[in-house]
Amino acid sequence: MTNMLSVKIWRGGSEGAFTAYSVPSQDSQTVLDVVTWVQRNADPALTYRFACRVGMCGSCAMTVNGVPRWTCRTHVSKVAKDGALTIAPLTNLPVIKDLACDMEAFFDKWQRADGRFVPSKSRHDAIPAIRPDGSKRVAADEAIECINCAVCYAACDTVTWNVDYLGPAALNRAWTLVNDERDAGQKSRLEAVTADGGCLSCHSHQTCHELCPNQLNPTRSIAGLKRTAASAWWKGDVR
Amino acid sequence: MTALRLYVAQRLTAALMVPMIAVHLVTIIYAINAGLSAEEILSRTRGSVGWGGFYALFVICAAIHGSIGIRTVLQEWTLVRARGADVLSVVFCVTLLILGMRAVVAVVS
Repeated sequence: MTNMLSVKIWRGGSEGAFTAYSVPSQDSQTVLDVVTWVQRNADPALTYRFACRVGMCGSCAMTVNGVPRWTCRTHVSKVAKDGALTIAPLTNLPVIKDLACDMEAFFDKWQRADGRFVPSKSRHDAIPAIRPDGSKRVAADEAIECINCAVCYAACDTVTWNVDYLGPAALNRAWTLVNDERDAGQKSRLEAVTADGGCLSCHSHQTCHELCPNQLNPTRSIAGLKRTAASAWWKGDVR
Repeated sequence: MTALRLYVAQRLTAALMVPMIAVHLVTIIYAINAGLSAEEILSRTRGSVGWGGFYALFVICAAIHGSIGIRTVLQEWTLVRARGADVLSVVFCVTLLILGMRAVVAVVS
């Protein structure tokens, strides 16, 4: 006889409720497999988001047994408690329907943090040489692999308490650009990340670091921003 | 005042208070060695520019440091938002300054 998983899945918008499903347990089954089984076999109206299924796209993050995770890379055997799973949308973002969140605020904050490269050269200039082992390049490399899944954003207490807080992902992105020697937007970026709700609001709880599926450390990036900001203030570059 | 100025002010006051707290704690342990009495304390502090200046600076640092922290707590944990938190934290700072300076004056003069 097939073992069954007891699965509760959030249905509805922010005012919804959990619905219980019984899902066949399988070897090497991921949480995304469970959600897909429910949609294909029990409830075709279930809404969720995924794309690559291999941990590259960052689309399928959900709250699994209270913890934000990539569902495609989370094996049921690692997280189920006595065969029970509770799957909810990410926290700290408005729910559109069921397991799909509205990511607009998350991406707007990347823009607010000046998380875009500002070119300092034209196509007619020589390509600047960046040493791979240079200290700035190493610092940027440590933070560069973010795929915008919003797991850190959902995990962050400061985002919960302060809706204006830019959050770990946007600040981590800003830190990679602060360390980009080709970038010409440093002053404006530093002003953006030190405004109210910027890097100075971080309490260094490190939940972002603990739960990042790519093992990035946004807390370290934010600490770097704080040091850079304090140094720039001392020199009179920002106020 | 910008978030960055508040951040720097809170860190600078913390940096000043760390050695001051150590001095304060050592003084407490030293002071009670020969018994603790108002007369003994006042004999050390009355007319002392050094102790007066030390504790006046401590009061100023604590008022600035604490009120910046209270502003954050109000903004994050209560329904008071930006402007209200600014006003309440300034009130808290001024209250600490008045109470603290009153205590300093009482033991020095």
